[in-house]
Amino acid sequence: MEYLSIFVKGIFVENMIFAYFLGMCSYLAVSKTVKTANGLGLAVIFVLGITVPINYLLENFVLKEGALTWLSEDYANVDLSFLSFIMFIAVIASMVQLVEMIVEKFAPALYGALGIFLPLIAVNCSILGGALFMQERQYPSIGEATVFGLGSGVGWWLAIVAIAAIREKIRYSHVPAPLRGLGITFIITGLMGIAFMSFMGIEI
Amino acid sequence: MAINKNGTGYTFGFAIVMVIVVGAALAVTSMSLKPRQQANAADKKMMDILGAIQVESTRDNAKEMFAQYVTTRIAIDATGGQVSLKQGDVDTKDSTDPFNIDIKKDYRANKPAKGDLAWGNANALTFPVFECDKEGERLYVVPMVGTGLWGPIWGYVAMQGDMKTIYGATFDHKTETPGLGAEIKEGFFTEKFAGKTLEEVGPTYFSVLKGGAITNEHSVDGITGGTITSKGVDEMLNRTMGIYLKYFNNASQRAER
Amino acid sequence: MSTENNTAVEPKRESLFSKNNRKLLKDPLDDSNPITVQVLGICSALAITVQLQQAVIMSLSVLFVMIGGNVIISLLRNFVPDRIRIIVQLVVVASLVIIVDQVLKAFQPDISEKLSVFVGLIITNCIIMGRLEAFALGNKPGPSMLDAIGNAMGYAWILLVVSIVREIFGSGAISLPGMGQVKFLPTSWFISEGGFYENNNLMILPPMALITVGLIIWIQRSRNASLIEEN
Repeated sequence: MEYLSIFVKGIFVENMIFAYFLGMCSYLAVSKTVKTANGLGLAVIFVLGITVPINYLLENFVLKEGALTWLSEDYANVDLSFLSFIMFIAVIASMVQLVEMIVEKFAPALYGALGIFLPLIAVNCSILGGALFMQERQYPSIGEATVFGLGSGVGWWLAIVAIAAIREKIRYSHVPAPLRGLGITFIITGLMGIAFMSFMGIEI
Repeated sequence: MAINKNGTGYTFGFAIVMVIVVGAALAVTSMSLKPRQQANAADKKMMDILGAIQVESTRDNAKEMFAQYVTTRIAIDATGGQVSLKQGDVDTKDSTDPFNIDIKKDYRANKPAKGDLAWGNANALTFPVFECDKEGERLYVVPMVGTGLWGPIWGYVAMQGDMKTIYGATFDHKTETPGLGAEIKEGFFTEKFAGKTLEEVGPTYFSVLKGGAITNEHSVDGITGGTITSKGVDEMLNRTMGIYLKYFNNASQRAER
Repeated sequence: MSTENNTAVEPKRESLFSKNNRKLLKDPLDDSNPITVQVLGICSALAITVQLQQAVIMSLSVLFVMIGGNVIISLLRNFVPDRIRIIVQLVVVASLVIIVDQVLKAFQPDISEKLSVFVGLIITNCIIMGRLEAFALGNKPGPSMLDAIGNAMGYAWILLVVSIVREIFGSGAISLPGMGQVKFLPTSWFISEGGFYENNNLMILPPMALITVGLIIWIQRSRNASLIEEN
């Protein structure tokens, strides 16, 4: 039950895009067609699902004060948490590089479409955001951390696929010229955010 | 260039050198600055405690002011019994000094279950109380930690000598919404606590109500638009007071005897 | 702000003021604004524009980190292996930010307290990474620095405008350090005092930041038609 609650919360209540604005840059830039949006969304789910648990292990067995006691009792006072940002980032960047290689090899068309944004997934703030939320919230086990990572990823995927679908349709509407493209996307995202706020305060 | 900068050997070499350089730089900065940072954190804590008894202090004079007003530092256990007691100068390196109990860390490691007004594992913890003497009036400052909308919130509440009436309070937060939940640290909110009393029977000793509600002597008005943060303050107060009231009751019985 | 930085740069080299270099400074303010045109650095721009004060702190930190990051990466550009360049960039930015935060924590604890919340946001600010990747990796340190200043300024003005709009309509006042709350409307206008005006709490909530930026884009593009997109 706890797992389901974390998962659903990650998708709707604490949606990375609508509640925290994390990963906005790629969200706005790669949401022109549903196909590429779907690809990037899946990549984010995958990267979040891998990096959050890895960073969880790192946090709890290396970085946290007293985390090194499994090596020796002498390390009970070693606090490496000042390294956490850089370690998280390093894990994320190497995982992204891995995904990049896999996509390049098995789906060259998708690789072409995602262009510069695949490397930039490393700075997709939602990925580091996921790691930092995991650190902040102190999930009791790696299972919960993984579910949280996947839930946030699915939330992000949902958001980008939804906006891409809207953008595909809005091409046929008479949007004022200066608002076309980026401007209207911002405003629609804002309206979607207001809609998603109705999930806030729901306790599961 | 003579070196092939895309060769595997070079890439690995570069990565290793970078890790060593960056690791060393970060470790050196962190180690060399740590004492200063800890001193700063201790000063800040003293300022917060003094703030709860309405004494203004600055980073420069926090230590003297603290020594002047705070007479005794006591650690209690979850049943309200006294565990240790310190007087005189604060030693930030002495782990037996109640001043150094890190309740934020204890809270993170023992988060209460949802809807439960108890610490996760209160019996293993100790809680600090600061006994103060302000112009002859005896005051008790109690630290507390809780959870707001986005992240941790914390505060210090000063009780009067009767151990029922609130003398003053300070609250702070890490990432609450500016203009809404973040207002808990502002004077207009903390001032409302002064002079209010705690109910004698729990589990609800005090209430922070939804913004705009009618209040009595056991409750204050929360922040409009900051409902979840206000609820967090409410939960934090009741959970913490549940433990400290046991100590206060014991203490007042001792005083009667 | 940008003129100040110009004078600081002046003694180094006259050629820094060539037409190209001036373009580096000016373009990001409008034609290639990082937020409204390049779509970089949106996350932080939205998350911290509830109050003017926070927006200013964030802008200054980004300015500082961008200059540092751009210059360092530009100096290293001939040595960084292509395959791990992203990691190298991230590590440089992250260590810069962490060192700055640690130093502030030790010597300026009050500023650090305000800043520490943003540390994570600065590291992942795609504006920094985007410029490192797109400019600093292929250019000399001098122009890289100008590029950093220009882009940081372009980022800053959007942040300031959005935060001013949101704070005025959301809180009815702007809080400035040392001056408390500066009110824009007479207190008697507010409903709580028997008037007719109520602050719009919606402005403080995240979605309104998006809508405000959308409106800025609208205004900017109706003035500058070359930026209009096809659809």
